[in-house]
Amino acid sequence: MLLEDGAWFSGTAPFPFEPVYAEVVFTTNLSGYQEVFTDPSYLGQLVVMTAPMIGNYGINPEDVESDRPRVAGVVVRELALKPSSWRATGGLAEWLAGANVPIVTDVDTRQLTRHIRSRGAMRGVAALGVEPTAAVRAALAASPSMNGLDLATAATIGQEYVQGSADAHYHVVAYDYGMKRNILRLFAQNDCRVTVVPAETPAERVRELEPDGIFLSNGPGDPAAVTYAVRAIRDLADGAIPIFGICLGHQLLGLALGGETVKLPYGHRGGNHPVRDLATGQVLITSQNHGFAVRGDPGGVPGATALEVTHLNLNDGTVEGVRHREYPIFAVQYHPEASPGPHDAQGHFRQFLQALDTQ
Amino acid sequence: MPRRTDLKRILLIGSGPIVIGQAAEFDYSGTQAVKALKEEGYTVVLVNSTPATIMTDPELADRTYIEPVTPDWVRRVIERERPDALLPTMGGQTALNVAMALARDGTLEQFGVELIGANARAIQMAEDRAEFAAAMRRIGLAIPAGRTVASLAAALEAVAEVGYPAVIRPSFTLGGTGGGVAFNRAEFEEAVERALDLSPVHTTLIERSVLGWKEFELEVMRDRRDNVVIVCSIENLDPMGVHTGDSITVAPAMTLTDRDYQRMRDAAIAIIREIGVEAGGCNIQFAVNPADGLMLVIEMNPRVSRSSALASKATGFPIARIGTKLAVGYTLDELPNDITKTTPASFEPVLDYVVVKAPRFAFEKFPTADFRLTTQMKSVGEAMAIGRTFKEAFQKGLRALEAGRAGWVVGATLADDRLTSDAPEDLRVALRTPTPERIFQIKRALEAGLSVDAIAQASAIDPWFLYQMEDLIAAERWFAGLDAVGAPELRRMKRLGFSDEQLGSLRGITEEELRALRWRLDVHPAYKTVDTCAGEFPSSTPYLYSSYDEENESEPVGERGVVILGSGPNRIGQGVEFDYCCVRGGLAFRDLGYKTIMINSNPETVSTDFDISDKLYFEPLTLEDVLEIVRLERPRGVVVQLGGQTPLRLTKPLEAAGVPILGTSPDAIDIAEDRGRFEVLVRRLGVNQPANGTARSVDEAVKVAERIGYPVLIRPSYVLGGRAMEIVYDHGSLRDFFQRAARVAPEHPVLIDSFLEDAFEGDVDAISDGRRCVVGGVMQHIENAGVHSGDSACVLPPYLIGDRQVEEMRRYTKAFAEALGVVGLLNVQYAIKGGVVYVLEVNPRASRTVPFVSKATGVPLAKLAAAVMVGRTLDELGLPDELPLPGVAVKEAVFPFTKLPGVDTLLGPEMRSTGEVMGFADSFGMAFAKAQIAAEGELPLAGTIFVTVNDSDKPTVLPIVRRFHEMGFRILATEGTQKYLRARGIPAERVAKVHEGRPNAIDLIVSGEVHLLINTPLGKFTQADDYAIRRTALVHRVPYTTTMSAASAASDAIIALRSRTGSVRSLQEWHESTAPEKPLPPGGKAPTASREPRAVQA
Repeated sequence: MLLEDGAWFSGTAPFPFEPVYAEVVFTTNLSGYQEVFTDPSYLGQLVVMTAPMIGNYGINPEDVESDRPRVAGVVVRELALKPSSWRATGGLAEWLAGANVPIVTDVDTRQLTRHIRSRGAMRGVAALGVEPTAAVRAALAASPSMNGLDLATAATIGQEYVQGSADAHYHVVAYDYGMKRNILRLFAQNDCRVTVVPAETPAERVRELEPDGIFLSNGPGDPAAVTYAVRAIRDLADGAIPIFGICLGHQLLGLALGGETVKLPYGHRGGNHPVRDLATGQVLITSQNHGFAVRGDPGGVPGATALEVTHLNLNDGTVEGVRHREYPIFAVQYHPEASPGPHDAQGHFRQFLQALDTQ
Repeated sequence: MPRRTDLKRILLIGSGPIVIGQAAEFDYSGTQAVKALKEEGYTVVLVNSTPATIMTDPELADRTYIEPVTPDWVRRVIERERPDALLPTMGGQTALNVAMALARDGTLEQFGVELIGANARAIQMAEDRAEFAAAMRRIGLAIPAGRTVASLAAALEAVAEVGYPAVIRPSFTLGGTGGGVAFNRAEFEEAVERALDLSPVHTTLIERSVLGWKEFELEVMRDRRDNVVIVCSIENLDPMGVHTGDSITVAPAMTLTDRDYQRMRDAAIAIIREIGVEAGGCNIQFAVNPADGLMLVIEMNPRVSRSSALASKATGFPIARIGTKLAVGYTLDELPNDITKTTPASFEPVLDYVVVKAPRFAFEKFPTADFRLTTQMKSVGEAMAIGRTFKEAFQKGLRALEAGRAGWVVGATLADDRLTSDAPEDLRVALRTPTPERIFQIKRALEAGLSVDAIAQASAIDPWFLYQMEDLIAAERWFAGLDAVGAPELRRMKRLGFSDEQLGSLRGITEEELRALRWRLDVHPAYKTVDTCAGEFPSSTPYLYSSYDEENESEPVGERGVVILGSGPNRIGQGVEFDYCCVRGGLAFRDLGYKTIMINSNPETVSTDFDISDKLYFEPLTLEDVLEIVRLERPRGVVVQLGGQTPLRLTKPLEAAGVPILGTSPDAIDIAEDRGRFEVLVRRLGVNQPANGTARSVDEAVKVAERIGYPVLIRPSYVLGGRAMEIVYDHGSLRDFFQRAARVAPEHPVLIDSFLEDAFEGDVDAISDGRRCVVGGVMQHIENAGVHSGDSACVLPPYLIGDRQVEEMRRYTKAFAEALGVVGLLNVQYAIKGGVVYVLEVNPRASRTVPFVSKATGVPLAKLAAAVMVGRTLDELGLPDELPLPGVAVKEAVFPFTKLPGVDTLLGPEMRSTGEVMGFADSFGMAFAKAQIAAEGELPLAGTIFVTVNDSDKPTVLPIVRRFHEMGFRILATEGTQKYLRARGIPAERVAKVHEGRPNAIDLIVSGEVHLLINTPLGKFTQADDYAIRRTALVHRVPYTTTMSAASAASDAIIALRSRTGSVRSLQEWHESTAPEKPLPPGGKAPTASREPRAVQA
C-alpha cells in the first residue's frame, strides 16, 4: 500500500491482483464488512477496515447492498479464511477474488488509519511487490483525485425500473446515485412502490411519473461534480412533491438550494457517530459513510437560506441534517437505512411517509 | 441537563467482602463512583465492610463506614448521615439487595432517601423472573421457557414442562450461587432444594436449558433523555451452560453478522427502556441458537457488574464513572469521552484490537470440589489480554493467568489437563464436560487429529474459535520444523501471541536463549493505544497494550518513570488487598512528581483504571512482558513489593537483566525467601524458630520429622494438585501425604517444620526506610497456629498475647528490617507458645493485612512505602514510633464454601478464603460481632448452641459454654461432650451423633433448632460425621466455629450484642482525634520539574 504522500505499508496478498489506484479511506464498523464492500458509495475507494478480524462469518446472499463488491480494494489486519455462521454460504476471500477486488492483509491497519487521520484521506495504490516501483509511483501521481470526481454517473443504474406492488399505498421515485439496497427494502416494508431512476433523469420525467414523494439516494464521489443532479433537484424542490435525501442526496439537496459542500479531512465512516437532533435534543447513534459535507452550523447553511439545520455531528460539529423552512423537503447526511450500523435513525423513513400523507 | 442541585449528600453501598461472583470489580466501580461524585461536589457517604479496597480508603469518600453491608447496619448509617440519595448500582447484588430491603421496609421513605441510578421498580422488574418474563413479552422478545417456583413440588411440575436438562436459577443470588443444570430427577431435586434454600426469597426459576447455544452480552447505558448507547459486545467462547464468569470471553463479538448484531442491539435498547433503568448502565445476556440464529434473552442486571468492569477495560469507556454521572442528572452528550477528551460520551466505542478474558480457578485448594463448570460461578479471578487479533489475545490471556502455562500449552502430564487418556474417543468424551482444563484438552484433541467438526460437536464451541486454534497448531508445526529461525519467522510467531517460553520449547531451547535470539534480531513489540475510537480521533490517554505490529505509539518516560508491577489475576492468597497497595503506592509516586507506569492484567481492579497511573500497560505479568516494557521505558526503577508474590518472584530475573528494583534489595528478598540463608539470619539475630529441616526423599522426610518431633507442617515445593501444605501427626500420614499430594525429588525438596500446637499467631506489618523501622500494627490471630494466616480472624491490638511478647515481636521485626536493610514494607509472622516467641516467616513486601492496618490506624502504609522507596526517610514523613489506634479492629475471613459443594469447611494451613471483612469498634466483643455479621455469620442473641468437641478441647470449651449457659442459651452436645459438661454443672442435653440413629445432630440443624455450632474435629473415625455436620450447618446458614478461640470470641461478641446496640462510626471520625500533627502525605518537597497535575474534568 503506497500513499500519495510517499508513506507505504506492507502486507500480504492472499491472491494476486493488478495495481489498483483509488482514494484510501478507513471505516470503523465492527461488523458488516459485506455491506460495506457492496455499498456503491465506496466506489473508487480502497477501504481500510479498522476492525482487525475480517471474514469471520463469511458471506451470505442477504447482506449485500448492491449486486457485487463495489470497493476498489480492501485492506485488513487479519483475514479469516475459514468462516463460521449459520448464514454463511461462502468465504470472504473467494468472494472478493471472484469479483477481482484486491485484498491486502497483515497490514498494521491502525498505523495506516492514524496516518490518514492526521494527514487526511488521500490517493493510494495497492500493488504487489517487495517495495513500490517507480512505475507505480508515477501512475499514482497521475491518478485522479476524489475532488471534483463525479462517480454517481458510474454508480447509477442504466434504466429505470419499478419495485414493489402496484397497489402499494405510496409511490416514490428514487434517484439512484449508487443506492443501497436496504433503502429499497425499507420502502417496500413501508408499503411503497418505488420507481428507481438513473442519476441523470431530468425533472420532467420525474413529474411524469406522478410520485407521492421523491427520494435522493446515497452515492459516491464529489457532490459538486454531479451538476446535472443539482439542476434536477433545484427544479423539483418547489414544494409540490416531498423530497427526502440521504448522504450524497443530502449534499446534492444542499447544493441545489444554494449551499456549498466541503471535503472533510478524512470523512466519517463507521457505525458509531453521535448526531444530535436539534429539535428534541436526542442523540442518535448513526451509520455514516461520507467524505464531503454540507457547509453550515446550527445557524443555517450559508447560501441556502431556505434550509435550516436539523442535525449536528457531536464529534466535529458538521451538518448532519437539513430541512426546508417551508416545504416538506429534508435530508440527512447519515444513513438511516443502516446496513451496516445501528437502527436509531430509521424513523426518518416514517417521517418521510408522514410528509407524503399530509401532502 | 446538568447535575442535580437538589442532592447534597449521597450514600454509596459497596459489595462487602470478595467472594466468588463478587470481587474486585466492585472496588473498581465503587472507587469510580466515589471519585465521580466528589468531582461534582457531592458529599459522599460510603458503607463497605471490606478493608482491602481502595474505595474504603479514608482519603476517598467524605465519610467511610467500614460496617456490615446489611439492611440493619446500613439503616444505622442512614439514620446518622441522613443522605439525600442512595446509589445502589455500584456494589453488585449485595448493594442492590440491601437497597431493595431498605426500600421495602420503608427506611428510605422514612428518611427521605431517593434511589438514584435505578429505581426500586426497575430493580424489581429486572430481578423478578416472572415480572421480567412479562416485560420481555410486552416488547416481543423471547426468553427460555420456564417459571419461578417456591417449592419442590412446583419445581417438579415445571420441569415436566421444560424437560431435562433443566436450568435451576435461584432468585436474587449473586454469581448464580446455588444455580445449576440438572440432567435427571435426582440431580434436579438436590439442586432445587439447595436453590430454594440459598435464595433470600426462597424461590427459584426452573428454565429450559439452552445448553450449547452461543452466548453474548451487551453493556448498555441510558440517560434521563432516553439516549442509549451500547458500550461493548462480548462473546463467550464457552457456550451457554458455563457461567460467563467461568467462560473465556472475547470482545467485541467475533461471529455475528451486522444484521444479527443489530437485532441484538435493538433488543438491548428495547429492554433497558422497558425495564426502566433511568440513568445508568445494565448488562444484558443473550443466547443464540447456532443452527438458526434464534435469539433468546437470558437475563438483565440493572447495575454495574463484572462484565461492565471488563467492558470498561476492554473499550476505555468507564461505565461506572459515566453511570454515576448519569445518575446525578447528566446526559451522555454532556459528558466527555475520558480517553479522547475531545468527543462526547454519547457514542459507541469501536475496537481495533481483540480482548480475551480468561478465568482463574482455585480447584487445587479444593481437591474434593466438583470441578465441572456450570451456571454457578466457580472461578476466583480473571486475566484480560489485548492483542491485535484473537490468536494474539488468546495466548496472552492464557499466559496472563499465571497458572503455569506460557500460553495455549498442554500440561506436562495428562492429569494436568484432567485426562486419563488421550485416545481420540476419550478426548471426545472429555470435551463434552466443561472444566477449567477443557481449553487445553482441545489442543490435545486437535493434535490427536480430531476434526474441528468433531470438537465443535462435543464442546458446542463455535467452529470459528476452533479454526483459530487450528491455525496456532499449524504455526507451531511450521516453526518447529524450520531449519533456521530469522527475524521474519520470529515476528510471524510473535504476531500469533506465542511467548518466548513457548517458542523456545518448540525449538528445544530455553526461554532465555530464545529471547536472546529475538533481541539480537531486534524483534520487539509495538505498543498500541486503547482509544475507544479505533484511531479515528487523537487520544492523549496512554492506555497501552503490546502487539507485534509495526507502529509503536508509546513515548518512553525515562528517568522520571516508576514502574509498578500489579498482582495479576485475583486468586486465593493474592487478592484485592495487593491492588490496594499498588494503587495507593502509585498515587503516592505521582504526588512525589514521578510518572507512574502500571503493569497489570486484571480487568477487575482499580489499578487497571487508566485514570490511576500516568501510563497503563494492560499486559501479562511475565518476565518477558515486563522486560519489554522496561526496555522501552527505561524507568528509574521497578516496584516489586506492592503486588504480592506475582511481582516478587520476578525480582531475581529482573535484577539479573539489569533492571533497577526500587526499595528493599533483591538480595534481601532472597535472604527472606531462601530457607538456608534465612536460618543463618535468624540465628544471628538470636530469634527462636520452630525446629525444621529439608528433605529430598520420603525416607529423609521421616527422619527429619523424627528428629524435630510430630506434629510437623510439610510444605512441598512440587505439588501434584493436592494441597500444598499439611499438618501430619505420625509416620503413616506423612508417607500417605507423599503418595497423595506431593512429589519429592532432589530437585523438589520438601520443607518440614515443627508444628507448634495450640500456639497463638501474631502478624506484624511494618515500614522501614533502611535506617528506621516503624511498626504499623501487631495483630493477633484468633484461630490457633495451624490455620493459615489469611484464613484466621485477627485482632488489632492483640487481646490475649502478653505485653512482653508483643514488645518482643516489635523488637524482632525492627531487627529483621535493619538486618535486611528493608526499604519499604515488611511483614513478619510469629507464633507464641509457652510465652516464647518464634518467627515463622519474614516477607519483605506488602502483606495482605496492609490495608487493614492502614484503615485501623489511619496511616496509609503503602503510600508511605512509596515515599521511602524513592529516598524519603520516615522522619521526613513525620511518622511517629507509635501509630495511633483509636479502637479495636477485627478482621474476619470469608470463604467460598457455599459455592463449592463437596468441600469441608474445616480450616487448615492451606489458605482458602477469598476475602475479608473488618469490624471496628471500641471493644473486642463488638468489633468481633461486626466482623461476623459482615462476613454473613449472623450471631444468635438467644437460642440453642450445639457443642461437639474433641477431648483435648473439652477443658477449653467449658468456660465458653458456661457463658452461653449463663446467657440463657440451651446447650446441646454429643455424648462425650455432654457428659463432660454435665459433670461440671452445665445442663447439656444429649444429641445423637450421625451414626447413632435419628433424630441426630444433622436433623436438628436442618430443622432449624440449632443457632450456633461449636465443633472441633473428633478424630479419624468420626471424620465423616464431623464433615457432614459442618457442611449441613453451612448449607443451612447456621453459624459455626471450628476452633476454641473463635468460639470464645463468638461468646464475647454475643455478650456485646446483647448488652447494647452496635453503633456506627466513620473512619474519618475514628481518626479525627488521633491524626498526627504533621500531615503524612509526602507533599511539600515533591520535585516540581516534571510534575504535571492530571486534569480532572469538570
